[in-house]
Parts: sequence; C-alpha cells; structure tokens
Amino acid sequence: MSSTTVVANEVPRARRTHNSLHRQRTWALWGSYIALGVFVVIFLVPPFYTLMTSLKTSAEIGAESGSPWIVHHPTFENFWYLITYPNFQTYYINSVMITIVVVAISITIAVLAAFSLSRMGFWGSQTLATGVFLTYLIPASLLFLPLFKIIGWLGLINNIWCLAILYPTLAVPFCTWIMIGYFSSIPKELDEAALIDGAGYLQMLWTIFIPVAMPGIIAATIFAFTVSWGAFLYPLAYLYTANQMVLTVGIISDLIRGDVFLWGKIMAAVVLASLPPILVYAFLMDYYVAGLTAGATKG
Amino acid sequence: MAEVSCRKVVKNYDGGVQAVKGIDLEIADREFVVLVGPSGCGKSTTLRMIAGLEEITEGEIWIGGDVVNDVPPRDRDIAMVFQNYALYPHMSVFDNMAFGLKLRKFPKDEIKRRVDEAARILDIGMLLDRKPRALSGGQRQRVAMGRAIVRNPKVFLFDEPLSNLDAKLRVQMRTEIKKVHQTVRTTTVYVTHDQVEAMTLADRVVVMNHGVIEQVGSPQELYHNPTTRFVAGFIGSPAMNFLPARIQDGANGGLAVKVTDQIVLPVPPSRVDRYGKHKGKEMVLGLRPEHLFEYHEAGRPGWTRVDLPVDVVEPMGMETMVHFFIGHDPVCARVDPATHAEPGEMLPLTADLNQMHLMEPDSGRVV
Repeated sequence: MSSTTVVANEVPRARRTHNSLHRQRTWALWGSYIALGVFVVIFLVPPFYTLMTSLKTSAEIGAESGSPWIVHHPTFENFWYLITYPNFQTYYINSVMITIVVVAISITIAVLAAFSLSRMGFWGSQTLATGVFLTYLIPASLLFLPLFKIIGWLGLINNIWCLAILYPTLAVPFCTWIMIGYFSSIPKELDEAALIDGAGYLQMLWTIFIPVAMPGIIAATIFAFTVSWGAFLYPLAYLYTANQMVLTVGIISDLIRGDVFLWGKIMAAVVLASLPPILVYAFLMDYYVAGLTAGATKG
Repeated sequence: MAEVSCRKVVKNYDGGVQAVKGIDLEIADREFVVLVGPSGCGKSTTLRMIAGLEEITEGEIWIGGDVVNDVPPRDRDIAMVFQNYALYPHMSVFDNMAFGLKLRKFPKDEIKRRVDEAARILDIGMLLDRKPRALSGGQRQRVAMGRAIVRNPKVFLFDEPLSNLDAKLRVQMRTEIKKVHQTVRTTTVYVTHDQVEAMTLADRVVVMNHGVIEQVGSPQELYHNPTTRFVAGFIGSPAMNFLPARIQDGANGGLAVKVTDQIVLPVPPSRVDRYGKHKGKEMVLGLRPEHLFEYHEAGRPGWTRVDLPVDVVEPMGMETMVHFFIGHDPVCARVDPATHAEPGEMLPLTADLNQMHLMEPDSGRVV
C-alpha cells in the first residue's frame, strides 16, 4: 500500500498552463456569452411581454401605476373569451386547414421539381433551377396586384381557398431551392445503383431520395409552415368576411374595434396562435437528424 | 450468363471531348475482363456505356446476343459495384441486397433464400440487420457485391471497387472477388487503374489509353509481349526502363544495341532477323528491372558488364531495387538483396537481352 502511495506521489502532476490559446478561448467564450445574452434579451422580451399582457385584465392593462412587466392579478379571462368566441374558432380552424393544405401542396411540388431539376439532367434544367430561385427574390407585395386579377378571374376573392393557391407561390421556390441542395448532396451513384437495380424515377424518388433527404424535407416543411401560418398581406387583401379569415388578419380586424384596442385579448390571441409553430418546431426538430446519408459511400 | 461485345463504340461528350474513340471488344461468356488504364483513358466511360448509364454516341453494344443501345439499365440484366459502394443509407444490409429483387417482384421466400446465399458466399450473414453506416469499408464493399450477386445477372460490372480501401484490405478483397467469380462464373467487366489488380484478377486484360484500346491479352501475354510502348510501360511494377538506342552491326556478323558510346550490348542471335531491318535507326530499348541485375564473373558467359554509379537503393525484403542514370534517363534494376550497394558506388550490372523490347520512338510500336 505504502509503496503505491510513494509511486503515486512521484508521478509529476500535469500543470495547467495558462497559455495564449487558453486565454483566447476564455475571451471567445465570454464574447459568445455576451452576444448570446443580448440576443436572448432582444428575442425573448417581446414574447414575455405578450404573455404577461395576455394574463392581465383590461383594467390592469389600462392602469398607469405599477410595473408593466409584472402581473398582479393573473386571469385567464382573455383566453376563455377567445376559446369560446366563435369567430376566433373559425380563424383558428381556417389557419390550420390552410396551412396543412399549403404545406402538402408546396412540399409535393418542391420535391418533384427539385428531383427533376437536380437529377434528371434535361436540357435547360440548370437555367430553370436558377429561375426558380429568382422567383423567390420577387417581393410578395409586388405580386399581389396581378395575383388579385387572377384570383378575381378564378372567382376566389373572399374565399379562404384562394390562399391555397397564393401561399405556394411564396413557399415553393424556396422549398425547391432547399430540396435541390439536399438532393444534390446525395451521391450520384446512389441513383445509378437504383436505376440498375430496376427502379424507375418515381420509385427512386420514393424509396431512396425522400427517405435520405428527410432532413431537407423537414427544413422545407418548417419553411412552408412558417410562410403559411404567418402570412398577413394576402389574406388582408383578399379576404374580408369573418367566416373566411385566418388568424393573422382575424385577430387585428376583430379585436381592434375602431380605435379601441383589446390588448389583453389581442395578446392572448397571439399566445394561442403561436402554439402550433412552437409545437411544430419542437416536434420536427427532434426528427431533424442531419447526416442521414452516413454510410452510403465512403465517408 | 452472357457474352458482351462492343462494336466500334464511340462516346462524345458535350463540348467536343471524345472519351471513347471507336473501340471493338468481345467478351466471352463467363470471362473476367479487366479494363485498365490511366485516368481519363475512357475505361469507366466504356463500363458505364455497357451499364446503360451513359448514352452511346456511335456503334453498338451487345449483351447476350441483343443490341442494348436503347435498352434502359434496369432491363439490361446487369449488376454494378461502384467505387464508393453506393449503398442505400436508410436501408439495412438485407434490404440493400433485396432492393433489386423486391422491385422485380420476387416472392418473399425466394428473396430471403438468395440474400442468405449471397451473405453466406461473402461471409456477411451476421451483418444483415445493420445499417451501412455501422459497417467498415470492407464490409460495405461486400454488401455492394452481395447486392450484385443476389440478382444473378447476366453481367457483373465493377467500377474501381477497391480504390477506397486501404492497401491490406484491397489485397484481401481482390482475392475475395476472384473467389466469388470462381463460384458464380458470371461474365465480369472490371475497371481499375491499378495494373496489379488487373493482372491478378483478369482472364484477359484490356489496356486503354486516350480512348482507344492499346492491347488485349492475358496478363502473361501483356507482360511478356507488349505491342506498344504504352503497354510495356504501364504493365509491370516498377515500370519498364526505356532508353534511346541505335541498332548497329555487332560482333561475328550479329547486331548490337548501342545505348551510349560506352554501353553497346549484343543482340541475341534469335532476334537478329527481327531487328535487322531497323539497323541504323534511332529506336527505344525497353528492359524490365528484373532483367537488369548485378554482374557476376561466374555468371553466364558472354554477358556484357556495365559499371554504373548507384543513385538510390530501395530494399524491399525479398529483392532490392537500385536506381541509376544512363545519360539523363533513369534506370531501375532488381538486384539480389544480399548485394552490397551504396549510393555513389559503382555497381557492375548486366542485362538479359533475351527479354529486351525494341520500339519505334514515334509510333511507340514494339518491333
């Protein structure tokens, strides 16, 4: 025993050296924490304020005394009002319905387009791929007048389903671009192996590309969801009756009455409206597993 | 099982690059043919045209008695093993191997029987449930081969399948591939840039260069009787030595090869007729390193002794390679490992001229 102790004592301890690399790392860490701290404050203060306000009564919101950051008499009355308010239910259902349809349409078009553009190598596919991206650069506000004409011609003004046509024009180009990037990262030999194994293009897409590019599809889905859930301009321009409205427009047109702002209810509506995005992000991020192609080729 | 034949096959790429310039090649049923050549020689393009992954610009490719120019890859009944394995990353080893059979709507028990059989041949039975990412490089390559075997196709195509493996594994897998071919006897076209791989695997080797076939023959034939300077230099490691030389009159009415004023070597009598008509011309002398060795007094009588200063010595265990310069041309000789050679020293050498090759400097043709 004692000899063991002696030997242990003889082993020279590795001395922690405060060299310049270590100092640099410390500085870099401090810098990162400060920068991240600033970001956290900037991004989390508005939601926090929203949540606080949604839990206040109108009287407390209107009161000029006390800190606006603290709720003294928390109440769910705003939430209860909205949940039982038929118009709000309609907006919510409309938003969910439209978003599901828009995501489905956008992802279907984007995946098919990206696959053909990145893999089938037809004449002009490169130009077309660039063209798709350029469409994305045109601001939505520039398009909504010509689109109004088209929607009018289709007889879909003040019809919720016009959004199922309009939103994909915003989501598809970028989703296609994301998917082109993902598909291009899949080794060419994989489709050649599938071709030789006897797969047609659609089988190849379904059995190889979609499973392998799932992280890309999830990224595109999140994007399409965000576009559809948060779009404001188009529904504002094309929808005007309560039964056709979606959340973004419904909240402001219904809860701002003349010059009266129902702040508590507006904020509660915002909290309720932001639940689906939070759920979607939380759920999909778990499945957003990068590096799914590991093992396909030498890596 | 089928024979493959390429008839006047040409491949032009956009931009006017001609990758394959009209090759003719007949591959017999059950034969193992290796296409070998340096990068950009058109060997992979040829293989991909056979596979149907590249369109054929001109000419015809036949597989099993049918022209397949316009037949899509899946209907050619071929299987291909890629350099980077190209396994489906989201499928298990079993599903990877079964994929082609599933698409062809084979019954489930038949698929299982075939996959198990292939797994037994390749010794990957215990890996069937794993995903490719959980496999080592060698195992992945086996799975890629298994995917080809289960299909029981007319032709196997290998596109540099061992290039991504480390040296030891490469040698092991080489043997494995040869064993598999001996078991299944499927017509095989194998592309590599490694001439050792070509020599060890092939029934016949096709040496390609700049989109044309330089020579087709058995490994031994290519090694001992190359028809062009390119083949002579490409096959064999270390490469053949090339020295500018001139044929002139030798002793006793024979011929001699003059390399420098000091080095004049007698042409063996058996070759006098063959080389006689090139007398006086500038030629290139080709000699393999193993036909250039140290001179012994007690050696064969009449062999010319040449003393050269040693530049570099490379001991390799069973042999030692010694490098010299004759003029500005590097020369390599294989000497006995027991031979004492130090850089800078003079080493007496001699050459077995019965193994010499003589080439025309312009055309590179071996005379």
